[in-house]
Amino acid sequence: MVAFGTTRVAVDNSAGLSVDFHGVSHQYDLDGQPLPVLRQIDLAVAPGEFVALLGPSGCGKSTLLRLAAGLERPSSGEVLANGTIVARPDPSRVLVFQDPTLFPWRTVRDNVAIGPEARGVLPGSQKRIDGALRLVKLEAFASAFPHQLSGGMAQRAALARALINDPRLLLLDEPLGRLDSLTRLTMQEELLALWRQAEYTVILVTHDVEEALLLSGRVIVLTERPARIKAEVAVDLPYPRRRDDPRIVAQRQHILEILGFSA
Amino acid sequence: MSAAIDEDAGEKSVSSASAGPVWKHGLYAASAWLLAAIVTIAFPDVVPWGSRDVFVALLVAGAMILAGLAFSVEKLGRFGRGLMHYGPWLIVLGLWFAVWELITAKLGWMPKPFFTPPHGLLHVYIVDWQRILICIAYTARLWTIGFFSGIIVGFIGGVALGWSKNFAYWGMPVLKLIGPVPASAWIPATFFLFPTTFQASLFLVALASGIPVAILTASGVNSVNRSFYDVARTLGASSRYLVLRVAIPAALPHVFVGLFMGLYYSFAVLVVAEMLGAKYGLGWYLQFQTAYSAYANVYAMLIVMALLCSGLVKLLFVARDRLLGWQKGVVQW
Ligand SMILES: Nc1ncnc2c1ncn2[C@@H]1O[C@H](COP(=O)(O)OP(=O)(O)O)[C@@H](O)[C@H]1O
Ligand SMILES: [Mg+2]
Repeated sequence: MVAFGTTRVAVDNSAGLSVDFHGVSHQYDLDGQPLPVLRQIDLAVAPGEFVALLGPSGCGKSTLLRLAAGLERPSSGEVLANGTIVARPDPSRVLVFQDPTLFPWRTVRDNVAIGPEARGVLPGSQKRIDGALRLVKLEAFASAFPHQLSGGMAQRAALARALINDPRLLLLDEPLGRLDSLTRLTMQEELLALWRQAEYTVILVTHDVEEALLLSGRVIVLTERPARIKAEVAVDLPYPRRRDDPRIVAQRQHILEILGFSA
Repeated sequence: MSAAIDEDAGEKSVSSASAGPVWKHGLYAASAWLLAAIVTIAFPDVVPWGSRDVFVALLVAGAMILAGLAFSVEKLGRFGRGLMHYGPWLIVLGLWFAVWELITAKLGWMPKPFFTPPHGLLHVYIVDWQRILICIAYTARLWTIGFFSGIIVGFIGGVALGWSKNFAYWGMPVLKLIGPVPASAWIPATFFLFPTTFQASLFLVALASGIPVAILTASGVNSVNRSFYDVARTLGASSRYLVLRVAIPAALPHVFVGLFMGLYYSFAVLVVAEMLGAKYGLGWYLQFQTAYSAYANVYAMLIVMALLCSGLVKLLFVARDRLLGWQKGVVQW
């Protein structure tokens, strides 16, 4: 779990959740036509694991995360978190969206406070909010409104808003996709550092093979929509990893080939 | 030639304006007001309107204050800067009083019962202020109860319509059907549906202000970015939280558009309703005085109404700036 400044709340249930997809298929309704998005996904994520999902755009990666978050129920199969069926959203499983989706009418601080406020524990959470803001280096912008932030700052605020809830499963949907490459590098390091000092499970959707290899312990490659699991690549390398590490370079090549790029 | 430059100095660079020790526009304005006073006192009225001397006294007092301010305005901080901004207006106001006196009271060029010199208007306030105050109180009661009950019902209804599919299924067609009907079209019906004209008028004002608020609140709640709900739900929000802390604040910009529309409609229907059977009230006063050809009273009341209505609009702007300050930099104001 993450230490928010002085208040490190040691709760034993703060360890990472395990996530299991059992024969999960999902389809959306598109103008009355069923649109199959996921087909027979079987995936087990261990507590505390960092898994990356790669796949062509529109293949169903976000849908997979929405199912894990409980924002959606699968059309068939089941999604389990620590052995219990995921039926509805819960603050222990937090999804960080591709867009920061900060509430524009709230200051950065009040955005971060949404979780505690929604759960009715706002009065006791002030120090934790300060701590979360410090963690993402936004304490100077606590009273700024979202439109006054850069893309990277907004994404960090969204991260703080998720982390304040002590998630046991952090679902990251291309959280760095919109950032410039330098901010991206910093944020990757920060994400990794946060995960390493905490004990939560992470499922990261990304379209950047290198990012997946630098951060995760296992890369899941999905097919075109409807997505199935095409390959799993274990990344057994110690942190911190270097992008010019020959093993990373070789695995990158391997994954690109799986994805159909043979350059 | 230098008018534009002077104006600029008065408005923007206070330092350069205070480099010259006097506020020139203040002196010009004082002269203009004095001129108006002289015109008013020096020539006889074609017919007496009353309160001429009071008006002259007020003009002279105003001129003296302006002259005094011309030398002290830059010590007055914000108020002083505001005053300096309106310097050209004060000058034109003085000149306009002089011309107005000339063409109405002094030369009699304007057709007589219909046009009144400024001191004729002043005379109305001096003679009839009690009745005017009573009328304002009556109208204020009607408007306050009507407008606020209208926007409260409209807002709650709008949130329900925007939030609940069931409400929308039954409510939206009705709202869409009756929404576009001008509230004044209900007047004949309401006046026999309700036992008293006051209740009928209340209903009309509430209807006129409530419907745009309901429609815009509903569309505002409807157009809230779905991801906001997803974010809040993953963070543990209940439905109550989703409505009160997500849907409503997100819809507030729309709600304010509805409030502004409702405010204008409420003024329109208010006056018409009062003209039709009220005893006392601004609309009634206008109607009553027109019947007696007391046009000075009509104008005097129109000025009162202009001040009251624009004051309320201003208040709503202030409320909006308070509540929607976050929109600055997001949308063009
Ligand atoms: N609510 C929805 N209704 C209908 N179709 C949807 C919905 N959400 C996503 N889709 C469709 O499902 C497919 C997969 O979407 P998504 O999971 O967002 O893909 P990815 O995140 O991999 O790019 C896309 O073709 C998308 O258009
Ligand atoms: Mg996506």
